Amino acid sequence: MSGWQQHLIIAPIVIPLVAGALLLFFDERQRVVKAMISVVSSLALAAVAINLFRLANGGDFEGVYLLGNWPAPFGIVLVVDRLSALMLVLASILAIPALVFALARWHAAGAHFHSLFQFLLMGLNGAFLTGDLFNLFVFFEVMLAASYGLLMHGSGPMRVKAGLHYIAVNLAAALCFLIGVSAIYGSAGTLNMADLAVRIGEIEGERRMLLEAGAAILGVVFLIKAGMWPLNFWLPGAYSAAVAPVAGIFAIMSKVGIYVILRLSLLVFGQGDSAGLGLNVLLYGGMATIAFGTIGVLASQALGRLASYSVLVSSGTLLAVLGLSNGEVTAGALFYMVSSTLTIGAFFMLIELVERGQDAGASVLAVTMEAYGDADEEEQEVEIGVTMPGTIAVLGTCFAACGILLSGLPPLSGFVAKFAMLTGMIGTEAVADQPIPASVWWIVALLILSGLAALISMTRAGIRTFWASMEGTVPRVLVMEMAPVMLLIALTLMLTIKAGPAMHYMEETVRNLQQPGTYIDAVINARRAGVAEASGPDGGGGI
Amino acid sequence: MELVLAIGIGIMTGSGVWLILRPRTYQVIIGLSLLSYAVNLFIFGVGGVKSNAAPLLGEGVDVSTLTDPVPQALVLTAIVIGFATTALFLVVLLAARGLTGTDHVDGREQPK
Repeated sequence: MSGWQQHLIIAPIVIPLVAGALLLFFDERQRVVKAMISVVSSLALAAVAINLFRLANGGDFEGVYLLGNWPAPFGIVLVVDRLSALMLVLASILAIPALVFALARWHAAGAHFHSLFQFLLMGLNGAFLTGDLFNLFVFFEVMLAASYGLLMHGSGPMRVKAGLHYIAVNLAAALCFLIGVSAIYGSAGTLNMADLAVRIGEIEGERRMLLEAGAAILGVVFLIKAGMWPLNFWLPGAYSAAVAPVAGIFAIMSKVGIYVILRLSLLVFGQGDSAGLGLNVLLYGGMATIAFGTIGVLASQALGRLASYSVLVSSGTLLAVLGLSNGEVTAGALFYMVSSTLTIGAFFMLIELVERGQDAGASVLAVTMEAYGDADEEEQEVEIGVTMPGTIAVLGTCFAACGILLSGLPPLSGFVAKFAMLTGMIGTEAVADQPIPASVWWIVALLILSGLAALISMTRAGIRTFWASMEGTVPRVLVMEMAPVMLLIALTLMLTIKAGPAMHYMEETVRNLQQPGTYIDAVINARRAGVAEASGPDGGGGI
Repeated sequence: MELVLAIGIGIMTGSGVWLILRPRTYQVIIGLSLLSYAVNLFIFGVGGVKSNAAPLLGEGVDVSTLTDPVPQALVLTAIVIGFATTALFLVVLLAARGLTGTDHVDGREQPK
């Protein structure tokens, strides 16, 4: 392993940081330059993420990066294993379409879109990479601060109101985060996740109670982020108020909470006396979330709210299934997470295009503009580029694909994901000879019912939008806006075709997570650069 | 001293929680500020409360006379981040006041 590969680990944090800072030097009017920097940074990020993914999948990659070259429990570490590599790839793959979509018009709707977008990516990547609880808090705040700005991008009373609620909830959650982290530090004396996993066995009595209380408070924070009922009333308002590309990238933000819960519950609370801490909360809370999301999906009039409630269904499914703590099911859940994140990202962007033709307010505005011959319209057309031919056909096809993906019907990846989870729960030989607990049947029923509800809602919305539309106006959609949506749907198609290798990767990931020893050893025994035997050209900063 | 600190944290948390449940944005932001003071003191407290002890390890210094430096570093970071996010919230609060014409958190007055 050469030195530059080791330094790739920090690149997902440094690239967006530098790009975001660089973008601040350019005036808002230099839109092309800003867009170029942002696109280059996102592409570089995707390249790095895919490279790390391949290294992590290779097996013998020692994915630990000591910041400042301090040895592990004292300094902060960044860790790349299969799970974090998967999340990095997912984030960067979702970021590119969202960015391209924004370039068509939304990035001009307010100041500093690109900087905030890059900082959001930085926070996301940092949260996925870090191996230290307090550092996780810092990256959470970076991510959230950027998301506050992005949520209110485009302004307007509705967004500011939703932003107000969103910020208030997240500030309160951040304070809980600090209480949890400091309670853990007070009882265990460490914030390094690997070190915590080692020390947790030695903590007895009152200190263990304090530790578990701290972990539980921390868990509440991640559940707020993931949107578990009853901590999720902020989510539909916030997600449906955000502009389309922002809502698209927000699709992965609710998965950050799930990622941390998965990481901590298997690493720290995988075995020992505190094993399985809070699994029941995940199980029943997740089931309540699916039920709540399903009712929301059925009750939604506006498409934006439908998509937001789909986020909740997706989160609820993941939480409930993680609560089962069954390796095979968890592998299916990871597959589901990838599939549903891509789907919901595509869906949020598609909605904006579909509603452009439908929205009463917008069409009134369009008529007025035509009547008074507004010059802006012409100018914009020249500036932006080609409109999409056969718009309605393409929009309709994408909408149908999203419906199929959300409801988990064959042939797309939504089906593969649900099938993998259901097989793990009721279909394998391991569970064949013993009775299946009632809670599993409940999850099975809820999974299938939530799919049915998504199908009903999507069909209803599709008929209303594409078939029963009286006005006969065709929304003006640009290729640049349609391409990202199609790319995301194509990715889910690829995920379907490559379902075998993908599932294999997920199973390997879960196997790694279930044996935290490897992770702990890698972090604790990480070699410092330039200290041990001459380990190559990465000796910079040696002590 | 622990008792005074604990009572102080408790009073501030209680007031903060009550305030963030109030319907006016200004009450919410004061509540969040009080909560963040309480949390900062709490972080400071988990390292053990000692007076007149330096967090620096010198040559020949007994370790028991030192305070834990990590909570101090954590609390500094927490103060900075909390301050920045509160300031950001204040801007949003003013924007919401300007756009909706009311300081109610829902952007409209409740029907009487």
